[in-house]
Amino acid sequence: MLPELYNYWVVIVLMMIGFYIVIVQGNLIKKLIGLNIFQTSVFIFYISVGKVEGGSAPILAEGVSVYSNPLPHVLILTAIVVGIATMALALALVVRIKNAYGTVEEEELQERDLRC
Amino acid sequence: MLSHLPILQVIVPLLAAPACLLLDRARAAWLFACMASFISVVISGLLVFQVHQFGVLSYSLGGWDAPWGIEYRIDVLSAYVLLIVSGIGALMILAADTAIRTEIPSERQPLFYVLYLLCLAGLLGIVATGDIFNVFVFLEISSLATYALIAQGRDRRALWAAYQYLIVGTIGATFILIGIGFLYSLTGTLNMQDLANRLPALESSATAFTAFAFLMVGVCLKLALFPLHLWLPNAYAYAPSIVTAFLAATATKVAVYLLIRFHFSVFGVGFAASVLPLHSIFLVLGLVGVFVASLVAIQQPNVKRLFAYSSVAQIGYMIIGIGIGTVTGLQATLLHLFNHALMKGALFLALAAIVFRFGSADIRHFAGLGQRMPWTMAIIVIGGLSLIGVPGTVGFISKWYLVLAAFERDWWLLIIAVLLGSLLAVIYIWRLIEVAYFREGEGEPRGEAPLSLLIPTAILALANIYFGIDTRLPVYLSDSAAQMLFGGGP
Amino acid sequence: MLAGIYGLLSASFFVSMDAVDVAFTEAAVGAGVFPLLMLTALTVAGRYEQTVHRRPRAAFFLVLVTGALMIVGTLDMPAFGSLDAPAHTHVAARYIELSPTEIGIPNMVTSVLADYRAFDTLGEVVVVFTAVVGVLIMLTPGEQRQQPSPANAVETMRSHMILRVVSKMLIPLMLLFALYVQFHGEYGPGGGFQAGVIFAAAIILYAMLFGLVKAQAAIKPSILRLLAAFGVLLYGGVGVVSFLTGVNYLDYSRLATDPVVGRHIGIFSIELGVGITVAAAMILIFYAFAGYATGRAEAE
Repeated sequence: MLPELYNYWVVIVLMMIGFYIVIVQGNLIKKLIGLNIFQTSVFIFYISVGKVEGGSAPILAEGVSVYSNPLPHVLILTAIVVGIATMALALALVVRIKNAYGTVEEEELQERDLRC
Repeated sequence: MLSHLPILQVIVPLLAAPACLLLDRARAAWLFACMASFISVVISGLLVFQVHQFGVLSYSLGGWDAPWGIEYRIDVLSAYVLLIVSGIGALMILAADTAIRTEIPSERQPLFYVLYLLCLAGLLGIVATGDIFNVFVFLEISSLATYALIAQGRDRRALWAAYQYLIVGTIGATFILIGIGFLYSLTGTLNMQDLANRLPALESSATAFTAFAFLMVGVCLKLALFPLHLWLPNAYAYAPSIVTAFLAATATKVAVYLLIRFHFSVFGVGFAASVLPLHSIFLVLGLVGVFVASLVAIQQPNVKRLFAYSSVAQIGYMIIGIGIGTVTGLQATLLHLFNHALMKGALFLALAAIVFRFGSADIRHFAGLGQRMPWTMAIIVIGGLSLIGVPGTVGFISKWYLVLAAFERDWWLLIIAVLLGSLLAVIYIWRLIEVAYFREGEGEPRGEAPLSLLIPTAILALANIYFGIDTRLPVYLSDSAAQMLFGGGP
Repeated sequence: MLAGIYGLLSASFFVSMDAVDVAFTEAAVGAGVFPLLMLTALTVAGRYEQTVHRRPRAAFFLVLVTGALMIVGTLDMPAFGSLDAPAHTHVAARYIELSPTEIGIPNMVTSVLADYRAFDTLGEVVVVFTAVVGVLIMLTPGEQRQQPSPANAVETMRSHMILRVVSKMLIPLMLLFALYVQFHGEYGPGGGFQAGVIFAAAIILYAMLFGLVKAQAAIKPSILRLLAAFGVLLYGGVGVVSFLTGVNYLDYSRLATDPVVGRHIGIFSIELGVGITVAAAMILIFYAFAGYATGRAEAE
């Protein structure tokens, strides 16, 4: 059982790296990078679930009898779009924060608020 | 047309949003948004009727039956929550035109209404759907709109609060996505009814347990359950006042709905109890949340923040209701969904009026408010009494059922704890009353709130009293819903 | 830069997993849109950070617990790639078996995306729409800030002759490719979203090389707003037409006398809606970021 699940486990490690970065990083933009890594590895996880041994891309073609599962692909396409939409919004926020505070470091943000 | 009501409930605000973008002037956008919101309320009212008459409504989108296609599924619980969300949405939009005048620059106001409609559509979509991935998509629609709305606050800390909420919210949504992934790998379906049918066979699976855990944590982040509540006080305090009012009365309710839906309908009541001491966890976290949040609330100089912490405490009560694990407990939670929406809706809207006049909701501005803004202050008193749980208000009804549920289980300690929590609420409400009525006002009087703000607020405040006395509607709906979720009725 | 590489790596992984549509999207997004947004944000926010980490031990513990939980979750999962996993034998099996006859297009992902689960895709388009409105409400200049002046033209890469010449040939090709992807999405990997991104990329390339002002004069922001809204309304509108033909929302079967032809019409229309909104949204978002950055540079 183990060797067949290793694929999932590698993805999980990647996911946790991303998650860790989000929590620990003080720089707002690096946090977002961590978030992106976290999200993308979730996508990879899903797609792995959809893979069928010996199957091919789910597009009808001559001579192909086994196809990989198209449903996870659809879900992930939507999830990717949602991810990029979130990123765009997040970056707009960061840009505004930089303009308002002069910094994108979490520590300095809190400091400057306390001073006011 | 009547058979299409389930989808119209979401489509009307959803398509109204891009149409609203085409109207470039704030007034026109506002009127259009009002229209869309009113139609939504009417639809949700009709849906309540239909569910009452016909039982569960099932609507196959695209003509494909579940589980091949996406199903919209309206039962008593969904109809109830839809009514709450659309009702609040309609009342808030009435006040929005005036409320944002001092808080959002005029060239951005049309965009505000677009986002408002998107948020409303997102929230309604979460409740109306019977497909778990569809929940994720609409959760993100409402969340993205919320982040942008919160960031519109005048104080630059609104930007930071929005960013924090974005990070926490996206983690929560991704957790939910992970949960959905695990569930799919186990069952091959995304339809919630279908999942409910297939999961009992898999109860002992570690994967099912993990899926449940991730879904629960993800939803609790959105709920602001202690200790995952850290984003809420900032977000509520710095967002434009009307945004706070709208969110406080709807967003967390929808998250509680989602919790209940996952817990009861998808996984089944027995599941949670067998794998985790979930009910005990809820009781503990709920209680701690009530106390910690109430204690912090007492110390807040900014009244918006005070009420934000009070909201965290109220959510704690809702979780306690679920944690009790009986029909009455669940009914108490469901009643509180309705009642808290009325309470916080009225309170935050009244605060919006104060911010409109004074520029902020600092407690200093409350000095002498009893004479300067008598109507607004009266509304705050009513809301406050409701929070405490004084008989004659809706707050009393929720607490009554909660105590009743605890009583059924002979959990006297819990009853005492709930009463203590109410006592803490007395303290922070009294603080407001004392400053408003027993102190002299400083500076120039600014005048009462404008009618356009006052009327929706007054409606909500009066609803607090009306439904506190004539409790038939919410009690009937919450009772049917609770029974159904436990495996009783339709 | 790293983000771009990461995006391309993910895309190649997706290809190896037979997820070609996803790979296409991930390549466009992860190696295209995302690094672009990052770069624009970095111009404003500064390239270097002060390395301050907070509470690493608590975070490490939390991450460990979450990771362990996930691993526990995988233990009961069906083996990677196995044919008879529930994921493959239930709903998905029907899509694979019946979509060629029911819907009549070879790309099964498009069948599911644009027909069986079309409502999710409507949600997806609305998400894009929400993002662009959100970015606009945050980055549109207020009364104080002026629009980028023509003097900004100096900022463009006038000196990069080679780039300008090559791009003059490349941009029309990219636009053409975008149209190809849009309309061929039923037969091969592609579809509305990918097409929209490619189209936007072509316009953004033009803006980067020839100046924001010229680009905005050619492709006006006000028109783009109209288009962004129009795409969503087109998509939603198809569903409304379904009402008028007497079936449920987004049911295409009665859009023509033959249900399969009806489905083709439906899929074509909604994909068009997606493509229009996505293209408009991406360009608008770029304009907003670039305009904000330039506006700030001028103000300083």
